[in-house]
Amino acid sequence: MANNNHTDGQIERRQFLKRTLGAVGVASLPLPISQALAASNGGGNLAPNVPEWTLTQGEPILSPPYGQPSRFEDGVVRTPTDLTPTKTSSWSFTPLQDLNGTITPNGLVFERHHGGVPDIDPEQHQLMLHGMVEKPMIFDMAEIKRFPQVSMKRFLECSGNTLTEWKQPTGKTVQDTHGLLSCCEWTGVRLSTLLRAAGVRDKAKWILAEGADAAAMTRSIPMEKALDDALVVYAQNGEALRPEQGYPLRLILPGFEGNTQIKWLRRLEVSDAPYMTREETSKYTDLMPDGSARQFTFVMEAKSVITFPSGGHTLPEKGFYEIRGLAWSGRGKITQVDVSTDGGRNWTQAKLEGPVEPKALTAFRLPWRWKGGHALLQSRAIDETGYVQPTLQALIDVRGLNSVYHLNAIQTWEVSSDGGISNVHV
Amino acid sequence: MYKTIASIALLSLVGPGMVMAQNEDYGLGREATDKEIVGWNIDVPPSGEGLPDGSGSVSEGKEVYQAQCLSCHGADGKSGQMDRLVGGNGTLASGSPTKTVGSYWPYATTLYDYVHRAMPFHSPQSLSPDEIYAVTAYVLHLNGIVEEGTTLDADSLPKIKMPNRDGFVRPDPRPDVDAEACMSDCKTGK
Repeated sequence: MANNNHTDGQIERRQFLKRTLGAVGVASLPLPISQALAASNGGGNLAPNVPEWTLTQGEPILSPPYGQPSRFEDGVVRTPTDLTPTKTSSWSFTPLQDLNGTITPNGLVFERHHGGVPDIDPEQHQLMLHGMVEKPMIFDMAEIKRFPQVSMKRFLECSGNTLTEWKQPTGKTVQDTHGLLSCCEWTGVRLSTLLRAAGVRDKAKWILAEGADAAAMTRSIPMEKALDDALVVYAQNGEALRPEQGYPLRLILPGFEGNTQIKWLRRLEVSDAPYMTREETSKYTDLMPDGSARQFTFVMEAKSVITFPSGGHTLPEKGFYEIRGLAWSGRGKITQVDVSTDGGRNWTQAKLEGPVEPKALTAFRLPWRWKGGHALLQSRAIDETGYVQPTLQALIDVRGLNSVYHLNAIQTWEVSSDGGISNVHV
Repeated sequence: MYKTIASIALLSLVGPGMVMAQNEDYGLGREATDKEIVGWNIDVPPSGEGLPDGSGSVSEGKEVYQAQCLSCHGADGKSGQMDRLVGGNGTLASGSPTKTVGSYWPYATTLYDYVHRAMPFHSPQSLSPDEIYAVTAYVLHLNGIVEEGTTLDADSLPKIKMPNRDGFVRPDPRPDVDAEACMSDCKTGK
């Protein structure tokens, strides 16, 4: 009863204040309430003044029905590349420097489309599974959702992530350099469950996956991967796939390069050999210095990047900062991340946020006291196979400068004595 | 007693169903018909399996190219703002490699497959088999891979040997860099 009285008293007091201030604002001042308050109290919404948003009711529920970020976060958006002549066969970058934790919000997951984003009616979408199987099958979306469901948190990285950085530092922010990277909880059915329904024949070694977009995007997938941890998913982070992520159905191949994870998935053809599609011959192959090209380089190797502080940030003053970043490996779990503040001469082991999941983004953190001088920040990931993230020079020594994809080298951010941070090669 | 047995029997008919073991046949989906498969099965692997009837010549392909491809790839296949299709031979081991159909693509079947599934860009899957054979022949001719009088069909296309057929390495040889996790007084990047 005492509480009720207290609450009632608060409401009455607020209503009184609102009425009084409102009357004052309308009658004698051209300023809004907040500015009137600021003028009369000298401090606006800051202490000791009570902020304006505390003195009145906020927006009701369903404002809007599908929630949106605060208007003060409107700078946290995907950004486009300037490397493509069209906007439909193009890509956009995830703002990793503005995110926290390891899950990428669905509206910020990077995009890579080869023929634009199709607008697919799920009731008219089918998945065909045929080729070297006992019984070719067609599933509609309702049937696919009735199969036993699995969810996995897994990273998604374009094999072209960081590709502009081979020869010289070009990206200003971590969004520019590493933004073709995201991580979601994906939900769907195991591909092996669908394959079992069709009955894969013994000689089958590959599966062609095809999308329903205007590129009818295709990649050949090894059967071994299909039977291991491949998923056919209809949801990301709890909701239906976003259209730009393959709605209503896509393939997820944990740890593999992004373009193999066919979006708007409509067909799977089982065969004894790869199909040598345009993507797996002319595009997603790695040209070596001798003129040969590596093909079917599916796995994204261990990599990490410091997201705070990173390129484009400015440290306002000397003192404590927590160095934060992300590490990941297509071969399994991250076991260790080391951080250097002197360009790789000395390293300290960072703390990993647990539980560490395989083929998922893993957050690392290290307390740091900036003394105000020059610093070179780097991170180095090690995965459960013992693979150590290499320097850029070590990669170039083996692969030259024309392989384009799979640049997983250590990234360096230079902190200048005025606190400005930029992308450098050391 | 009779009443109890009767209600159990009734429950088993209209009741909550059975808990299934894992990996059972879920009975979901249906068998795809031949007609359905034919409608969607558009891929053409290096064996040429799936190539349709029809044919097209280099000269017919020049007309298709000029009507459908020139605005993106240029009159010569080298000068449009989209992918370069022609030239680049002998550049793959150089400092500025040029990857084209002629210099890089290992299989001619891929050209048929890709043109059919995704070209022309603004109207994919709109060309007839004859037109696709023809424009494939023309692009191969621009690259000096087939003669001017060539006509391609399901039999001849898979037999074309592309210059870079043997230029691809499999399986993936990575990990190819053996880095060390030095912790103090280490040698830096360069």
